[in-house]
Amino acid sequence: MLDVLVRSLVLALHISDGLLSTSISALFWILTVACVAWAVQRTNRALDDRQVPLMGVMAACIFAAQMLNFPIAGGTSGHLLGGALAAIVLGPWAGVLVMTCVVALQALLFQDGGIVVMGANIFNMGVLTALSGSAIFYGLIRLTGRQSWGLMVSGFIAAWVTVVLSAALTSAQLAASGTASATVVFPAMIGVHMLIGIGEGLITTAALSFLLATRPDLLPAWLGNELSGKSRPISTRQILGTGLVIAVLLALLSPFASSAPDGLESVLERLGVAGSSGPTATSPVGVLPDYTIPGLEGGLSTILAGLVGVLIVVAIGYSIAMLIRRRRSVARDTKSMTTS
Amino acid sequence: MAQQLLDRYIAGSSVIHALDARVKLVLTIALIVCASLLPVGAWLALTAFTALVWAAIIASGVGLPTILRRSLLALPFLLVVVTVIFSVPGRPIFRLPLGFVTLTATDAGLLRFITIVWKSWISMQAALLLTATTHFLDVLRALQALHMPKIIVALMSFMYRYLFILVEEAQRLLRARDCRSAALQGSGGGSLLWRAQVTGRLVGTLFLRSFERSERIYVAMLSRGYTGELRSLRAQTLDRRDLRVGLVVGAILLIITAQAFVG
Amino acid sequence: MAIHELELPKLHTTTPAITLNQLSFAYPDGRVALQNVSVTINSGEKVALVGPNGAGKSTLLLHLNGVLGALDGSVRIADVEVRRDTLRKVRALVGLVFQDPDDQLFSPTVFDDVAFGPLHMGLAEAEVRARVVWALEQVGMQGFEDRMPHHMSVGQRKRVAVATVLSMEPQVLALDEPSAGLDPRARRGLVDLLQSLSQTMLVSTHDMRLIAEVFPRTIILANGQVAHDAPTDEILSNRALLEEYGLEMP
Repeated sequence: MLDVLVRSLVLALHISDGLLSTSISALFWILTVACVAWAVQRTNRALDDRQVPLMGVMAACIFAAQMLNFPIAGGTSGHLLGGALAAIVLGPWAGVLVMTCVVALQALLFQDGGIVVMGANIFNMGVLTALSGSAIFYGLIRLTGRQSWGLMVSGFIAAWVTVVLSAALTSAQLAASGTASATVVFPAMIGVHMLIGIGEGLITTAALSFLLATRPDLLPAWLGNELSGKSRPISTRQILGTGLVIAVLLALLSPFASSAPDGLESVLERLGVAGSSGPTATSPVGVLPDYTIPGLEGGLSTILAGLVGVLIVVAIGYSIAMLIRRRRSVARDTKSMTTS
Repeated sequence: MAQQLLDRYIAGSSVIHALDARVKLVLTIALIVCASLLPVGAWLALTAFTALVWAAIIASGVGLPTILRRSLLALPFLLVVVTVIFSVPGRPIFRLPLGFVTLTATDAGLLRFITIVWKSWISMQAALLLTATTHFLDVLRALQALHMPKIIVALMSFMYRYLFILVEEAQRLLRARDCRSAALQGSGGGSLLWRAQVTGRLVGTLFLRSFERSERIYVAMLSRGYTGELRSLRAQTLDRRDLRVGLVVGAILLIITAQAFVG
Repeated sequence: MAIHELELPKLHTTTPAITLNQLSFAYPDGRVALQNVSVTINSGEKVALVGPNGAGKSTLLLHLNGVLGALDGSVRIADVEVRRDTLRKVRALVGLVFQDPDDQLFSPTVFDDVAFGPLHMGLAEAEVRARVVWALEQVGMQGFEDRMPHHMSVGQRKRVAVATVLSMEPQVLALDEPSAGLDPRARRGLVDLLQSLSQTMLVSTHDMRLIAEVFPRTIILANGQVAHDAPTDEILSNRALLEEYGLEMP
């Protein structure tokens, strides 16, 4: 029974048609199209005509890699989502495109995930995982000074976080569409995916260390450059920017997540659902979810508090990054002086 | 083996098969959008949509049972929706004691649950019908004709081409792993860390082979005049009759949807 | 049937189809793959390229259409020297077929794959379609246009792989291990196909029976150098030579 539950929660990451309100579907289509268009432009600008066969075969590879599973416990098995791995190895933009293809093909060919909700699915499993995965990974390996243990730890954390973020955003979309109860869906989805994420992290780390040990020359030059400190394919500003976006996203979701212990009713009341009881049967679930903007007032303070917290964390992180960078550039200057 | 798993197309020569892929794709999307717009309790519209989809399935000759069986696979996806039965306020119908909490099911919650599941189920069947009667490559061509960015279409056709090869490769790797580690099955031999490491290495191997293959493909493309620009033949013009079918069915979808809001 | 959109240089019997002059090449990691290779192949000749793995056979083939650029020496196809600015012309002249048909056939359908070359040569749509039909006919795979490569046997895929370059109407065919992995019947079909094609051919292979049947001339490559270049009969009858390079009697 438990493993059926867990499995269906894992599957729930692929949202089916009908489970999101039209407005949420539309919103995430817009976000996804914007991000994919940006990714297409960035990849085109790279002007490397090798990219097309590489990304196409890699998309097939991620799809196939998702079938390689290993038993965790109680009938559940861990397998790869792959967004973090793709983005770390291919770069964030190529990662976004590869994962977009994986999610789109799964929906179009296997009905794993719906068609109208595909925008949300691509965003959750493709855009979010690739961008956050690479930002976290490259941010962390800079902090750990590119040590090999740092590489492993960074890979693990990046992969773990992408899975949990994906689950959190999926839950938020379901809750905001009024198709699942926030108090149940958040803890269940996030809890299960905190476990699943361990599998993702371990596989990603093992795959990374395997690739680096066997054929580091095959990895795209930009990962090699980053590791050798020659150049920085992603600027610190981009990493911080992505971090900020994710943090803001989480802050906005926090009122959904802060489930009060006094049951479903209170949260629903806070969301304003309780107010519209009675003739709900005729209210269009699709066009407009049952809660209205004034209903969010209760959650507004949570959002604001969250945003303030985010700003503080970003400020601290930024100053640490600047400090490290300054010290490193000083070290590099002295080194170049002694060699010249 | 991978082929049976991966080929969802059921060959046939029905009117549904013959209908232009662009029309089919647009109509499928339209139906799913219309379904998602329906309010809770729009039973007439949901019934009409179901009748429409079933009529199309029967006309296609792929068999209603086949589509229904495939649609059942999606059931676990819907488990999260069960929670709305207990979370939407309304008149209580029954109580479900679960140890320390008691969940109360409401009439409004139940109605919403049924509506969501029904919508999702229709959408699933429409999408299944599309993939069963339209070859995936025609879906891709339709996407290109509908102005999907060229690079995405190119990536997806590469992906589709090498899916079969890489899935077979993944299965070979898995088989090799299982042959060498008999204890892995059942007793779950080795620590979690070790098992994850083995799987990670398989993923790494697959990645590596894909890298190398993409390099060889790139050389093959270069040899045949590829210069970084992807060219394709122009799409065929849309048949008048197919266009008419599309417009008529589209109008029916709109009428059914509008009825749910007026009625 | 051919309507040449590209100006292809006419071959004269006096102009060799392939001229390698003191060709040398080393990979970026420093491994020397070819050393002072000089070979002249006349128009219409069918030449086999043999030698142990790592002798430089594939590297040599990749030089014919400029996928790899010579470090030293020169490559000429007909009267076109392979240079950066002649690549388009050279790639239309030389059809390179790789060992693994799954690398060669990268499009989802046979039609798309055979049409890839002509399309990227800039030919008009009607001409592209005509060439696909013609090329598939040449390899005996007519009617397979809409098939997908993964639904075909290895032998069929190899044939289509040859068609993907025939559609570009090349004057030189360079094939890498064409008979590897084929069952006897598919191999027979391939031998017939190679015999029926009139293009100049340079084919790397380990298959000595194939050499005896199709190729009048054989070049033995060892350690990146031409060890022997002689009529096939002569090489096959020299037992000591065959043993020296680990080759089998057919």
